Amino acid sequence: MKPARIVITGVGLTAPNGNSLAEFRGNLLGGVAGIERIEVRHMGSQLAGVCHYDPLRHQTKKEVRVGTRAGSIGVYCAHEALADSGLNWATQAKDRVGIYIGCTEHGNVETENEIHNISKFNYDTKFWSHYHNPRTVANNPAGEVSLNLGITGPAYTIGAACAAGNLGLIHAAQMLRLGEVDFALCGGISESIHTFGIFAGFKSQNALATHADPHQASRPFDRARNGIVVSEGGCLYTLERLEDAQARGAKIYAEIAGYHVNSDASDYVLPNPVRQAECVQASIRRAGLTPRDIHLVNTHATATPLGDIQECEAIRAVFGAGCPDTYINNTKSYIGHCMGAAGALELAGNLPSFDDLTVHPTINVDDLDPACALPGLVLNQPQRVAKVDTILNNSFGMLGINSTLIVKRFVR
Amino acid sequence: MTKDECKQVVTDIIADIAPDEDLTNLKPDVRLRDQLQLDSMDFLDIVMELRKRYGLEVPEADYLQLASLDSCAEYLTPKFNALPTKH
Repeated sequence: MKPARIVITGVGLTAPNGNSLAEFRGNLLGGVAGIERIEVRHMGSQLAGVCHYDPLRHQTKKEVRVGTRAGSIGVYCAHEALADSGLNWATQAKDRVGIYIGCTEHGNVETENEIHNISKFNYDTKFWSHYHNPRTVANNPAGEVSLNLGITGPAYTIGAACAAGNLGLIHAAQMLRLGEVDFALCGGISESIHTFGIFAGFKSQNALATHADPHQASRPFDRARNGIVVSEGGCLYTLERLEDAQARGAKIYAEIAGYHVNSDASDYVLPNPVRQAECVQASIRRAGLTPRDIHLVNTHATATPLGDIQECEAIRAVFGAGCPDTYINNTKSYIGHCMGAAGALELAGNLPSFDDLTVHPTINVDDLDPACALPGLVLNQPQRVAKVDTILNNSFGMLGINSTLIVKRFVR
Repeated sequence: MTKDECKQVVTDIIADIAPDEDLTNLKPDVRLRDQLQLDSMDFLDIVMELRKRYGLEVPEADYLQLASLDSCAEYLTPKFNALPTKH
């Protein structure tokens, strides 16, 4: 039996350069980055991608106070995605809705905050918050969405480092095909900029970007790239089985064509281009496609000196020759690395290419690293192309997790 | 500290932990839970804020004393007045 066809019917997002798909896309085509300087505890001024959505649009003040930033981002994205989907929420069976949210990490923010809090009381733990456990359980962001929207179906997070955004979508597609749920809110979320630990960790790895101009700090593929810009963000999609989406006359953004997830099994932090290439190849095969059928490749590249080269090596191995219609770009050059949200946000930024036949560029490439000079790389200016029927989205993460998701233009 | 001042201290704490609530017509003799959306975690917040702001401990066995503003004032005012004077 052929598996059910799964389609994307709604998008809700907040990115450092946009709080809706339209605003985000407009800035990706306009070359508008969204990086700024923020004060980070113990570290002073740091570059970061900050989201400027209004939490009170969908939450009470008390929900914002009691919950986490990740939960708040999740609630915002879920509401926006639901509204975009056009689903009649009042009549939707809430026990048939699943929430699957990819996260790179969760709990560090609240733990750091509590340690800071008790430091003002001579580390007396009787001042430790009674909210610490509900805020730091790994399912917190999904649970807050469930609480806010009254969703009684399965709601949990998927920990997959920076591959997590894709994993949210992939897992939702699997659960819809299994018949576990009828409607899914899925994608990825990150509150990373509110923990000093992630900045300090990347700095200790010599992988934290620096630049005099924040908007030029995230520069994948450029010879002067010097590391990651840490960002927060979120992007949740509504996914449905095609028959359900059609039955309610839903607008369809794209169809899930194929995916693959594998592991490097080689290093804690260093990527493995052989396994990355295997992941990309397997996703194309599982989609019933060949490399030349892929029209847009959105790279994971985070602007670390080595990581970008290794992903380019993997992409060259798959698309190296004979793929004249394949274009390649990168979204982190605008928004930095949104961690668990990265895969989901970066896919969203490219979905409008099905309609406008335009590939958003990778910005901040003033001096292309020859080791990253892939054929089809779209640099600094948007490019009109003849055909966009497929988008391949790479997201890779620490401990060697790789995920590739392919979506295709919906054709009846 | 007078009982009215004590009620104001508690009201100020509630304003922070229940920021969506309108506290202008809070009835002192009615249970706080019957007038406001407060759950057990919120009452733990009141206890925590009394501890943090004033160094005042409310043992678990006495939580029921925090039911209304009046009962808070009855219970807490003597405790406030027994706190060591700051110099």
